[in-house]
Amino acid sequence: MKAFSILLRRELALAWGKGGGPLLALAFYACVVTLLPLAAGRAPERLSGLAPGIAWLALALAALLSLERLFERDFEDGALDLLALGPAPLELVAATKCLAHWLAAGAPLALASPIAALALGASPTVIPLLVPCALAGGLAFSFLGGLGASLALGGKRGGLLVAVIVLPLYVPPVIFGAGALDALAGGLPWTGGLYLLLAYAAAAVALGPIAMAAACRNALD
Amino acid sequence: MLRAVRTKGLSLVRGERRLFSGFDLEIRSGQAIALTGRNGAGKTSLLRAVAGLLKPAEGEVEFLGEGGALEAEAARAEALHLVGHHDGLKSTRSAWEELLFQALWTGGTEESARRAAERLDLDRLLGLEIRRLSAGQRRRVALARLLASPRPLWLLDEPMAPLDAGHREGFGVLMAEHLAGGGMVLAAVHDPLPVPCDIVEVGG
Repeated sequence: MKAFSILLRRELALAWGKGGGPLLALAFYACVVTLLPLAAGRAPERLSGLAPGIAWLALALAALLSLERLFERDFEDGALDLLALGPAPLELVAATKCLAHWLAAGAPLALASPIAALALGASPTVIPLLVPCALAGGLAFSFLGGLGASLALGGKRGGLLVAVIVLPLYVPPVIFGAGALDALAGGLPWTGGLYLLLAYAAAAVALGPIAMAAACRNALD
Repeated sequence: MLRAVRTKGLSLVRGERRLFSGFDLEIRSGQAIALTGRNGAGKTSLLRAVAGLLKPAEGEVEFLGEGGALEAEAARAEALHLVGHHDGLKSTRSAWEELLFQALWTGGTEESARRAAERLDLDRLLGLEIRRLSAGQRRRVALARLLASPRPLWLLDEPMAPLDAGHREGFGVLMAEHLAGGGMVLAAVHDPLPVPCDIVEVGG
């Protein structure tokens, strides 16, 4: 437990430190949300239908952007050796890093998502659902993204590789979340989508660290 | 408490290449061993295999305590330090932040980190960002965790390469103290170690 708090504090300090991780992710999020309507046409009635979906998809992309270097930096500068030889198993190290990523990038993005959705003209009724969806989805995005980042360790062109590994895994949460939001906007039962999203996030949190630790061990070997 | 480490019939393979096979080595409490050998002979790989980061193709590494064999994973997590040629420091953080994290992570305290910084002559550097430090200064920050959280086995990979003459001597004193206290030093080196040691050639 002590090891967990020591590592979490370091990871948060690294994320919030110079380079402004969360702010950068938020800026990227704002850019994507601004760009999409320019491409899709700015008729308000069309946009308002798309708004929750766009806000949701941009969230996945913004989470992905900051994930690429989650393990790479520690791998390159030798800190991963130190983390592997520490008091906590690598599974816990990986989970802590992903959790810190979620706290530093995923959670602020989730809190910003209602603003993005409203700016695009989404109906205010979906906002109470958008925030929990974005929080749970962000957790799944962080842990699955960590999996991609660990599998790409040591590979050249790591960034693209991470995206190719991770984006297919983002499909289910994107579908569940967008489905729930759509259903709510259309006055249909929406709890099913939310439950599936929560289940998927729980599975990612439970199983992701095992795979990440194995990938890191493999990269260190 | 770790008393000795033994490798039995160790073989290491990197990619297609066999670095060495049937490698036997024993290091006991109070002993220093200098691993020598040409570049690429497998000195670094041997250290990483002892640390458990690299899986040997054959053979095993045994950790022996007072009462006999210890469980390897537990012994590695508690009883050894590995300082490799990457220092494991984040360039945007201050030397003190990094030193403190490394000390706490390996079981030291803030107090012991402070003392270690003093011993390694880091006092005036602690407020600086890592990227402002020279290679030798960075190495001293990385070496500080050896003192900040005492562990019996030091695995050192070219520990003194970037250090200047004065600090090499200083680190020699620290190694001698560590050995006198029952510690072990297994170091891959090209220059002689500044303490009495046995020399083992790796890779023939």
